[in-house]
Amino acid sequence: MRKNGFARHALIETLHTVQSSFGYLDDDAIRFVAHSLRVPLSQAYGVVTFYHYFSLKPPGKHTVTICAGTACYIKGADKLVASAEKRLGIAQGQTTKDGQISLMTARCVGACSRAPVILCDGQVAGEVTAEQVLEQLERWAVE
Amino acid sequence: MTIEELEQIQESVRAENAKFDYEVNVCMDLACASQGSEKLREALVKAAEASGKNVLVRRTGCMGPCSSGPLVRVDPEETLYKHVTAGHAEAIVSSLGGEPVPALQCDLNEHFDKQVRVVLENAGHIDPEKIDDYISREGYKALMTALLEMTPNGVIHRVTESGLRGRGGGGYPTGLKWSTVAKAGGDMKYVVCNGDEGDPGAFMDRSVMEGDPHRVIEGMAIAAYAVGASKGFIYVRAEYPVAVARLTTALREARRRGLLGSNIGGTTFSFDVEIRLGAGAFVCGEETALIASIEGKRGTPKPRPPYPAVSGLWGKPTLLNNVETYANIAPIVRNGGKWFANMGSERSKGTKVFALTGKITNTGLIEVPLGIKLWEIIDVIGGGVPGGHKLKAVQTGGPSGGCIPAEMLGLGVSYDALMAAGSIMGSGGMIVMDDTSCMVNVARFFIEFCMTESCGKCIPCRAGTAQMHTLLTRICEGTGTLEDLELLEDLCSTVKEASLCGLGQTAPNPVLSTLKYFRDEYIDHIVHKRCSAGVCNIEAAVEVLA
Repeated sequence: MRKNGFARHALIETLHTVQSSFGYLDDDAIRFVAHSLRVPLSQAYGVVTFYHYFSLKPPGKHTVTICAGTACYIKGADKLVASAEKRLGIAQGQTTKDGQISLMTARCVGACSRAPVILCDGQVAGEVTAEQVLEQLERWAVE
Repeated sequence: MTIEELEQIQESVRAENAKFDYEVNVCMDLACASQGSEKLREALVKAAEASGKNVLVRRTGCMGPCSSGPLVRVDPEETLYKHVTAGHAEAIVSSLGGEPVPALQCDLNEHFDKQVRVVLENAGHIDPEKIDDYISREGYKALMTALLEMTPNGVIHRVTESGLRGRGGGGYPTGLKWSTVAKAGGDMKYVVCNGDEGDPGAFMDRSVMEGDPHRVIEGMAIAAYAVGASKGFIYVRAEYPVAVARLTTALREARRRGLLGSNIGGTTFSFDVEIRLGAGAFVCGEETALIASIEGKRGTPKPRPPYPAVSGLWGKPTLLNNVETYANIAPIVRNGGKWFANMGSERSKGTKVFALTGKITNTGLIEVPLGIKLWEIIDVIGGGVPGGHKLKAVQTGGPSGGCIPAEMLGLGVSYDALMAAGSIMGSGGMIVMDDTSCMVNVARFFIEFCMTESCGKCIPCRAGTAQMHTLLTRICEGTGTLEDLELLEDLCSTVKEASLCGLGQTAPNPVLSTLKYFRDEYIDHIVHKRCSAGVCNIEAAVEVLA
């Protein structure tokens, strides 16, 4: 906040910083940011819920993100999502009960030339098969 | 900083590079990096040290043919190696000065011969984190020339003369936009760069921002001089952390060299740029929504007029262009508008970068002169459809675009021709589909995208896309009727005519274009309960109903 001179228009910047430090944005964090930047709480909450990038729930210990961009879709990303959902017993956007693994989808990570693409804890892997996704999930599950 | 000082830097970098006998360039763009090009680079450095040869190992931006990555190019011979791993490092280093390693050689002459590189001329040749590398390739010369030798009007005239049109998708003449902002009154004006590449399946802007960030900054600075602005913003997707990091470094370096800040080049012109992060909203590619987002608000569009050129960021005149548009500015100022206008077709000048992906042999980034025939891109540059499958359609323009059927490969790629074919140029995503793709399902995919990305401000888009999605899902599941098809067409025209912003107005395009060219597939789903591509699970759904 200081970096941006506590400017009100730096709300999104500030929320990004908070989320990258804590992994998600809880009520306290949103209240604190809104108060510090003298922005109405409604506006801060509105911004958080408007943008897909912000999350109100804590992420799991590991996160697998499957890209759902057009190129990945053409190359069968939906099958990757389905098999991961089946293995974990959760829907996309959710975290397993033990808090171990979150399953997310992304709008496009920009590695379309190697579709289908997944991110394992932020690491990009391209030309992925359903088996490889399951293998990764198994490795995390036994940790 | 003066032109002489720039030339001195240029000379010293060249002298520095001349100390090395060989240059080994390693592509560090996302596609290659995800296959271990960093390890490869380390191995090359180690091997070079051990060999005692005079080798410069350089990390560069995207070289183009990502499907052959990780890529390595050895200069001065310009030997391109494909699928290189750390294990190959020694072989490559020991081959320097002798014959190239045959097993790794990348033979893509046809792929490159058809291309003309303007925007991408530096990508793959410079280290994007070193400003001096950029300066050594004529970088910032255009800015200095503009500041010291040209009037703002002269710059605008040159851009107008070039015939450059907005590369973000709309194709609005850039020169005209600039002169509108220049004429607008007021002491404070802004220059904004749209780096919110929301189109899923496109990554041109990411590669430009990561591979040649100074090019974008120089273009923005020239634009600021031309329209009389002193402050700029680059709006980048948060999904592109590397682009953000590279731009941050580039801005810092440019300030250090006195190419940004107060009194640039000893003139009265002052300009600086800030980075603003997006947060994952497709609608923020729309200019009024993007401006709202920079102001720290929800990215909802506003009715136009007033256009941002008159009343934009904080109510001030704002020039908003796409990354690739700015990247074209420096070469236009350097080489003249006529040089640029000589490339391309009648009403679409210059070159365009495309992200060629999907069911095609050579995926990656290409830059071609506009007016090029679609088959040249698919068959020659792209190397055709792999696996013995048949080409079905080429999708351009992302969720706002349409599908061009295989029968229309003779089409020249230009703004107007694509528009006439029911698609749009868009930002440059080009996704190839073969006979394993179901066009109804593709239409549903795009409508689902638009439905979730609709900001919800206007009803035609918010409710219309949701209803279209319901209808398309019914058709995909085999429970649709022919009346549904009529309703769908009706709905398409309503959403197209009545929506507030570009997202809604273009959302029906994928449906309309597939209905136009692939109506049989819709009929097949509805009447014969059959999906010829085998994508839609109709049988199962029909059984459940029975």
